[in-house]
Amino acid sequence: MAGIKERVSQVDMETYGPLLALIVLVVVSSFASPYFLKWRNITNVLRQISYTGTIALGMTFVIISGGIDLSVGSMTAFVGGVVVIMVNYFGGGLLAILVAILVGLLMGAAAGAFNGLIITKGKVAPFIVTLGTWGMFRSLTLYISGAGEFRSTSNLFPQLGMGYFLRIPIPVWILLGLTVFYSILLNRTKFGRYVCAVGSNERVAEYSAINSQRIKFYTYILTGLNVGITAVLLSSRLNSINPTTAGSGFELDAIAAVIIGGTMLSGGSGSIFGTLIGAVILGIVSNMLNLLGVSPYLQGTVRGLVIIGAVLIQRQRG
Amino acid sequence: MTESLVKTHSVAKEFSGVRVLDDISIEVSEGEIFGIIGENGAGKSTLIKILNGIYQPTEGEIYFDGEEIERMDPFRAKEIGISTIPQEFNLVEHLNVYENIFLGQEHEQKRLLLNRKKMKKLTSELMDELQAEISPVAPIGDLSVAQKQMVEIAKALAYESRLLIMDEPTTVLTANEIRILFDLMRDLSDRGVTIIYISHKLREVKEICDRVMVLRDGDFVGLYHTEEVSEHEMANMMVGRELNQMFPEVSFPQPETAMEVHGMSEGELVEDVTFSLKKGEILGFFGLVGAGRTELAETIIGVRDRTAGTIKVQDERVEIDSPRDAVKSGIAYLPEDRQNTGILTNFDLPSNVTLISLGKYIKNLLIDRKKELEQTKEYIDEFHIRTPSIRARLETLSGGNQQKVSLVKSLDTEPEIFIFDEPTRGIDVSAKMDIFNFINELVRSGISVIFISSELEEIIGMCNRVAVMREGRITGILEGDEINEEQIMYHATGLEERAVQ
Repeated sequence: MAGIKERVSQVDMETYGPLLALIVLVVVSSFASPYFLKWRNITNVLRQISYTGTIALGMTFVIISGGIDLSVGSMTAFVGGVVVIMVNYFGGGLLAILVAILVGLLMGAAAGAFNGLIITKGKVAPFIVTLGTWGMFRSLTLYISGAGEFRSTSNLFPQLGMGYFLRIPIPVWILLGLTVFYSILLNRTKFGRYVCAVGSNERVAEYSAINSQRIKFYTYILTGLNVGITAVLLSSRLNSINPTTAGSGFELDAIAAVIIGGTMLSGGSGSIFGTLIGAVILGIVSNMLNLLGVSPYLQGTVRGLVIIGAVLIQRQRG
Repeated sequence: MTESLVKTHSVAKEFSGVRVLDDISIEVSEGEIFGIIGENGAGKSTLIKILNGIYQPTEGEIYFDGEEIERMDPFRAKEIGISTIPQEFNLVEHLNVYENIFLGQEHEQKRLLLNRKKMKKLTSELMDELQAEISPVAPIGDLSVAQKQMVEIAKALAYESRLLIMDEPTTVLTANEIRILFDLMRDLSDRGVTIIYISHKLREVKEICDRVMVLRDGDFVGLYHTEEVSEHEMANMMVGRELNQMFPEVSFPQPETAMEVHGMSEGELVEDVTFSLKKGEILGFFGLVGAGRTELAETIIGVRDRTAGTIKVQDERVEIDSPRDAVKSGIAYLPEDRQNTGILTNFDLPSNVTLISLGKYIKNLLIDRKKELEQTKEYIDEFHIRTPSIRARLETLSGGNQQKVSLVKSLDTEPEIFIFDEPTRGIDVSAKMDIFNFINELVRSGISVIFISSELEEIIGMCNRVAVMREGRITGILEGDEINEEQIMYHATGLEERAVQ
């Protein structure tokens, strides 16, 4: 019976480990800096993480199914650029913005479908395919922009990304809403169950009459769709997209959030709420480094260490 | 015959308490060709894995060239001149022929660079000796199965072996290739190389071996000079055991035909298989390793792409291109390889049970967890599935209970036709009996069963008819009195022509 007890506590660690880490981090941070618990600081942190956090929700499905998507950062810039072009093209009014949002979401989904198609039909490793499209999307963005910035002329567009509802930034509401939605999708629907099955053992899934290639394909579309949402919010917040820097490093943050949130890199199971917590943890770490005056150049190092640490902890559990 | 080269004294092997080999003492002389025969699971492979150091014996000693080998391991075995041609290929697909042959024993020049020229030349010489037209630089991936076998043989010959162990080397070879191999074996034997030869093909054993040892269920049955024993006697000794009361009473099928398979082929693995299955019938499929039974089942359910053939279910032609189509046509499959194709070990019980039939549990787009749990609870009671809790992950269950879950998972699709592939492999006796009883209940309720097994006892005890396969083909479909050990083994080993006489 000891074995079963261990199993239970292990499941608990998977579920509550990230939450526990978050609580410790919040407590430590509030002592380390008096500004940390200020409402303005908290909403800032949450807004910051809403971009990569939204992408990370989609990435959770991809990673659970046994894949990876490295192209999300460049894809964000690419879709963001197109969104800005659309806003300008249709005159910057409300209708223009709605059309731009729709195009942005479709473009994101289509870009994800492109990744998914090559991975499933071409049977190329996801790492390679999305490394390739990572380069492609960035290059296409630069080409379309002519190396200048995509700048929106609309006064209305920034309202979306800058706006608040009940004192909480709109992108944060969207992130929270999507978290609930995707959590249900993962835990309560046939699709979610199949994603876990494919990641757990693709052959068993195939023998169990599951179309595993199609399931994988859908996870990339889902991630692309979320990239589309992020691209809309990001371009709206800045009212512009810088083709060189927009979305750069998003893949690292998104994958990190998924792993810190307790989803196994080897696939098969995972948690959407865990991913949200992972994204918040990353945001707070970054925020604290700023508040404590650590050189911004060192942030990448710290983030990298956090990811590697999270994987090491996973390894020990497995 | 001169003095003995290999000797084992009371060798035994246990795996987690189960004795798979017991009290085996053999003495093989230098230059002898020594045969070992036995059914699947008789302990032949275990014995040779002890000899070449892959397994450590639980009890007993091994002597080589008069000296006791305290601790044999694969490196030691290679060092003292033992090489093995394994049953399953051990070749690196993306390297070419000579690179494989010299893998781990590359010839070098000036201790830095590989001496490719020398290795290619030696490879050509080996291939000439084997009369095989295989280029030393051909990639392994491009070779046929028979050619790969030749490369395996060449690889073993490349070492200066004193003992050569061959585990079913002829399964994939043609008659001509077998003749070349046998000539070579005789030549090696004349040069003092000892050969241990394992085969299911009794005719070959009689032809090439000096002596033959029979194993059954891990026990020594007998040791004979091959000229003193007939193939018939060998077959009897391999299977000779009584049936016991493990099996429920055989029920009789109904007259309607449930399924017809016509001309089913999958490359060279399954060739032109035709049979029909009656409603409520248990049709057994017997064959030795590599006979193509699993491949046939996988072709029927659409895991493999058929190259020819048609399937009719209840007199209607069905197109099955994937397991999804099979489920729709009312065909369920219990896979042979539970861990890799049957269950998800990190999923809990209910999620495994409903994995194929999840559609039934969807209410308003969401999974009805309550229904899932209730159904799982019913199955746990009905099938005596022992589990720490209803939500336990499958990895915490024993093999027999995992097998029951795998079975329930297929059953939950409410099939008309159920294909069982080695349903009792590696599970304990009580779980076996549960499964036999379950299959019996299935056919009584009008479901038709295809029962693939390598256990003769099960095949004889359970089935209405028995199809015997060899080399991808059905060599006979036996009924009534024909269902006995001798007849089945004759068809399985390719002796049926003589059995008729």
